[in-house]
Amino acid sequence: METIVSVKPFLAVLVSILAVPLIVASRNPNLRETWTFIAAGLKFLIIASMVPLLLSGSQIEYTIATVIPGVPIKLRVDPFGILFALVSSFLWIITSVYSIGYMRGLNEHSQTRYFSFFALSLSAAVGVAFSANLFTLFLFYEMLSFSTYPLVTHHQDMEARSSGRKYLLYIVGSSIGLVLPSMLLIYNLTGTLEFTSNGFMQGAGSPAVITILLMALIFGFAKAAVMPFHSWLPAAMVAPTPVSALLHAVAVVKVGVFCIFRIITGVFGANLLTSLNLDTLVCIIASFTMIAASLIALTQDNLKRRLAFSTIGQLSYIILGAALLTPKGLTGGMLHLATHAFGKITLFFCAGAIFVATGAKNISEMVGIGKRMPVTMAAFFIGSLSVIGLPPLGGFLSKWNLILGSLQAHRLSMLFVILLSSLLNAAYFLPIVYKAFFCTSEESLFENKIKEASYWCVIPLVITAIGSIAFFFYPEPFFSLANMAAENFLSARSVAAGASLLKP
Amino acid sequence: MNQHLPAIIVTVPLLSAFVITAAGWLNKKLCFPIAIAALGVSLYCSISLLISVASGKIIIYNLGGWAPPWGISYTVDPLNCLVLVAVASVAFINIIATKKNVEEEYPDKIGAFYTLYVLFATGLIGIVITGDAFNLYVLLEIAALTGYALLGMGSRRAPLASLNYIFLGTIGACFYLLGVGYLYIATGSLNMKDLSAILPAIYHSKTILFAFIICLTGLFIKMALFPMHAWLPNAYTYASSPATSLIAPLTTKVMVYAMLRITLDVFTPQYSFGTIGISHSIVWIAIIAIIMGSLMALAQRGLKKMLSYIIVAEVGYMVGGLWLGNRAGITGSILHIINDAAMTLCLFLAVGNIIYKTKTDSFDDLKGLLKKMPLTMGAFILGGLSIIGVPPTCGFFSKWYLISGGLAAGHYAFVAALLFSSLVNVVLFFRIIEIGFFEPFKEHVSGHHECITDQIAGNRIMIEEAPAGMVIPLVIVAGFLIFLGLMTGNIVTSIIQFAIPAGIS
Repeated sequence: METIVSVKPFLAVLVSILAVPLIVASRNPNLRETWTFIAAGLKFLIIASMVPLLLSGSQIEYTIATVIPGVPIKLRVDPFGILFALVSSFLWIITSVYSIGYMRGLNEHSQTRYFSFFALSLSAAVGVAFSANLFTLFLFYEMLSFSTYPLVTHHQDMEARSSGRKYLLYIVGSSIGLVLPSMLLIYNLTGTLEFTSNGFMQGAGSPAVITILLMALIFGFAKAAVMPFHSWLPAAMVAPTPVSALLHAVAVVKVGVFCIFRIITGVFGANLLTSLNLDTLVCIIASFTMIAASLIALTQDNLKRRLAFSTIGQLSYIILGAALLTPKGLTGGMLHLATHAFGKITLFFCAGAIFVATGAKNISEMVGIGKRMPVTMAAFFIGSLSVIGLPPLGGFLSKWNLILGSLQAHRLSMLFVILLSSLLNAAYFLPIVYKAFFCTSEESLFENKIKEASYWCVIPLVITAIGSIAFFFYPEPFFSLANMAAENFLSARSVAAGASLLKP
Repeated sequence: MNQHLPAIIVTVPLLSAFVITAAGWLNKKLCFPIAIAALGVSLYCSISLLISVASGKIIIYNLGGWAPPWGISYTVDPLNCLVLVAVASVAFINIIATKKNVEEEYPDKIGAFYTLYVLFATGLIGIVITGDAFNLYVLLEIAALTGYALLGMGSRRAPLASLNYIFLGTIGACFYLLGVGYLYIATGSLNMKDLSAILPAIYHSKTILFAFIICLTGLFIKMALFPMHAWLPNAYTYASSPATSLIAPLTTKVMVYAMLRITLDVFTPQYSFGTIGISHSIVWIAIIAIIMGSLMALAQRGLKKMLSYIIVAEVGYMVGGLWLGNRAGITGSILHIINDAAMTLCLFLAVGNIIYKTKTDSFDDLKGLLKKMPLTMGAFILGGLSIIGVPPTCGFFSKWYLISGGLAAGHYAFVAALLFSSLVNVVLFFRIIEIGFFEPFKEHVSGHHECITDQIAGNRIMIEEAPAGMVIPLVIVAGFLIFLGLMTGNIVTSIIQFAIPAGIS
């Protein structure tokens, strides 16, 4: 594999940080939003320009600084990283459009602060995607934790404060309490923190130590919301909806699962985990979260909270994909990172549009809303089908691969977990859509007159809904990137394990 | 000229003290320029010395040409050149940042204040640069006496707090002097280099053990290691801001340096960490210091007192790191001297600005401050993040080495204490951020279609920053926290690794 040294990944991280002073200095809101768009556009273009290189099988590296001897702040772009960066930077552009509609539609305060910290968060998310070692990953992970705090607590009221506390307690508490010591222990045991495609922990410690480290890292990256470290996510729904949409359906939570994916593949490695049977343990943890979160989602009446619990469940699909440690499983997990992003962001956009147009937050207040906001609810329908995993939507591709992956791994039980969880997904999404469109005029809470939210709100959700459909028909370059990454991660599976994989 | 830098760095501020006093009689406006010029010379010297000793060179300068062990020699080596720069730059930046504050606090005593200020800096620089155990005591007293006076010139309760400090500080200094006396009786020498050559032959002697322990105890009192910290919080809290932001970042750190010098250089590490078998107990004391310091900080409702208790915890970091006795731990300890000086300076300067504008540092009066003083609070938050240990601020990196040291030594309780303290620091600083950010609570404004009130509520608080002369230095110091963090690699590879005796792995 060819390695190219290029400053591009660093620029991709930097461009939104550099936009912050410009955003702050702009007196005129239109100029301020222009900077956001320029930064978002540039970020996406820089990232997209690296895709052809990666598809040709190269890697891009850039060392920012050698801060601790032997542990540099270093970026490396590999297929998995760029897949995530591509999704989040593309959705940032769309979310920025939506933010304007939402924030101005509601006349929110402190919009400058909002757009500044949004830009910072995106820098951190892309930084995580491109991290070449655990230390760099931790650095950007922490940057993300602190730069999203003002967004979560945007309303600055009592509720925001208590949610902010919960957010910090879970996210920062677990990263300092679990990730930091684990990282140092790994460094002490192995003398390196650099991700390799097959892990570097082989033989570094006793099985007990490896198990403890793996668990500390899986729960420590609490942004992935693995139960019981999940309850910050429903609490964080007090944030303005665009924040919930991009950060708490895409950037922040996906950073969490991305980190777990990285440590499973890049730190521990497939061989080590299978030899200690730890992949089974991770599968069990993930499937518990999948089922439990879906069951809780059924009971939520607040739409955003239902979406939040749905997110918790869907995140664990990705972790499950990583833990299957088979080519299809890994591919499915990575694809789910992308398809769920498109699906869930659509759903959040819809929730926000409904709130802007009608003020309704609860599902019980949305009976008959399909007649008033047909476009929004149609998009909602598409988004939910994608998250459930039905063709012809992107979500089908990822779930299909996950199912194949569990067959490859000879884990029939996981197949049932995925199917059961998908049924539950349908059970908590479809009634919303049904009630919105099919109700008698007595039941309907809305007049029969079409009145959507502003175009700024509607266009983004239409784009992401179409994106979900397009993903099914044109899954490139995501599909190839995920395949390449999966091949990389499994390239050194021991012969015995490899042989069993080839069995039908 | 260049070969005299080790002398100039001390003599210029020392002599300038007299000039400032005289100038104070003539025209008060002259005091500040003279003080700043003298400290500027010291800063320049310290940086030139740092450059010339980087990568392991040692400069020995005999005062007046008298060779040791009879004359006093000044030594600049990798162990102290960094501390030298830290002391000189903190003194230099602080004098600029607090100019306005000093003029308002002591309109009649400007001459006295700046005289004491430069003398204090002289004392600390001297402690760091001297290669003579007794001379260290003399300079310790210079720094201490001026420190008592500076701290005493504060609020109504300051003189009493300072008196308390005098008692304990004097006891500490006497302990140290007693220890040096024993060493002199046993060896006939006061020069550190000389001592380190003579001592190994008589390590079995009980006198030497007693001298070592009593020296250390004296230094522990002076650096406010728990439970000998009682003098510190009140003395720092009731003093005026310009004095606190000079003394708080430096005194404890310089004392930690003196401890490093004694344990690593005058005595051998094998003796300090091995033969006498006290290192384990001292690490445990450090652990208790970290935990108690953090907990007591948690109980405070005023910024200065909270920061004072954080210093108590941070002293535990440095003491514990050294007595782990391994390379990573000692690296962390030395690194933390500089980093902690920078972080504490940043935080105390920010608090100085807050007090300047609001006349109080009580938590209850911080409401809306994030809007009122965005730059000051921004710097304060950055300092807080550094104390918490968030990369890439410098606080993270010293914590990195300290935790590595703890893991390498298998001292998991120390690691746990560091993590505990980090988590407590998160609570400490976000409690303040919460007050500044959320309060005063507005009407519920996030709801639907009730947003016009919100715009008004948002604009009601206007920006009221401290004067530019106070804010700009603060922002520079805050930015420096990140710069220092990113420079960690260079600092460790080109300086600190030469400061640690070769035998330590």
